[in-house]
Amino acid sequence: MSTAAVAEHHGGVEPAETPLTPESWGKLAMWLFLAGDAMSFGGLLAAYGALRYSDPTWPHPSSILGIQLTAGMTFLLVCSSVTMVEALAAVRQGNDARFRMFLGLTILGGLMFLGLQAHEWTNLIVHEGQSVQRNNFGATFFVLTGFHGMHVFSGVVYLTIIMFRGLSGAYSPHHNNEVEIAALYWHFVDLVWILVFTFVYLV
Amino acid sequence: MSAHTAEEFAQEHRRYIQVFVWLAILTAVEIGVIYLPIPHIVIGVTLVVLAATKATMVALFYMHLANEKSTLMWIALSPAILCVFLCLMLLPDLGAITRALTHVTASAAVEHHAE
Repeated sequence: MSTAAVAEHHGGVEPAETPLTPESWGKLAMWLFLAGDAMSFGGLLAAYGALRYSDPTWPHPSSILGIQLTAGMTFLLVCSSVTMVEALAAVRQGNDARFRMFLGLTILGGLMFLGLQAHEWTNLIVHEGQSVQRNNFGATFFVLTGFHGMHVFSGVVYLTIIMFRGLSGAYSPHHNNEVEIAALYWHFVDLVWILVFTFVYLV
Repeated sequence: MSAHTAEEFAQEHRRYIQVFVWLAILTAVEIGVIYLPIPHIVIGVTLVVLAATKATMVALFYMHLANEKSTLMWIALSPAILCVFLCLMLLPDLGAITRALTHVTASAAVEHHAE
């Protein structure tokens, strides 16, 4: 913590920087939120594992789920993580056009993921007869992928807001902490999907 | 994060692309592994190791955890540690173990009855 920040702290004002994340309190708050969110996903995945391995009649995921389509969705989300880090690098270099292009591609990747997930759900519900009520397989599948899908949707909305703020000139090479925090959230969504894809679709 | 020079930006860009290539390769390996004629348990362990590697790469290089303070890394690791703990706590409830114990108990009861 800097001397100025300590002085402010003793004066009853919040310190301007944190020992863990000198950039901002917001970044620390996002990390703490993500740690809590990861525990929610961890709880759901653990419950999925417990239900699955206590049921010998549990179907193998590849016999019901389209692995190739989901592998494509995984690749799409990984690509959107790359475009997100490139967007952050671009705003730090002061390259606005590149920032807007990569952020736009990230949002597009999120929208395509949601579209493919809607297609997958429609196929499973309408053609395969799967549902939350039918059995534990359906219940855990729709809850886990739905919870993740909600995160992707929230991420798309979040990044769209960042895009509009970027268009209004809110960010510069010295003021881009909001973009970094949004990027943390988006990479977390990608990271969680890597685990969901493995445990729900492949194992 | 501190101000970067052009060389540092170029180096970061190369690292992002390298990580992306590795993530794509590991995803392809995951898809290939499930079709291998090997025991399911081996496939399962391999997939978990691959997924953990990919997740760690995203956290370290895309979320820049590698450049953060170690305390923040512990904060990020805490959910994983708690999740492993939760899985261990759930182990006694798993049906496989319950069935195995039931089988042993039933066998012992039959032997006892025969005596």
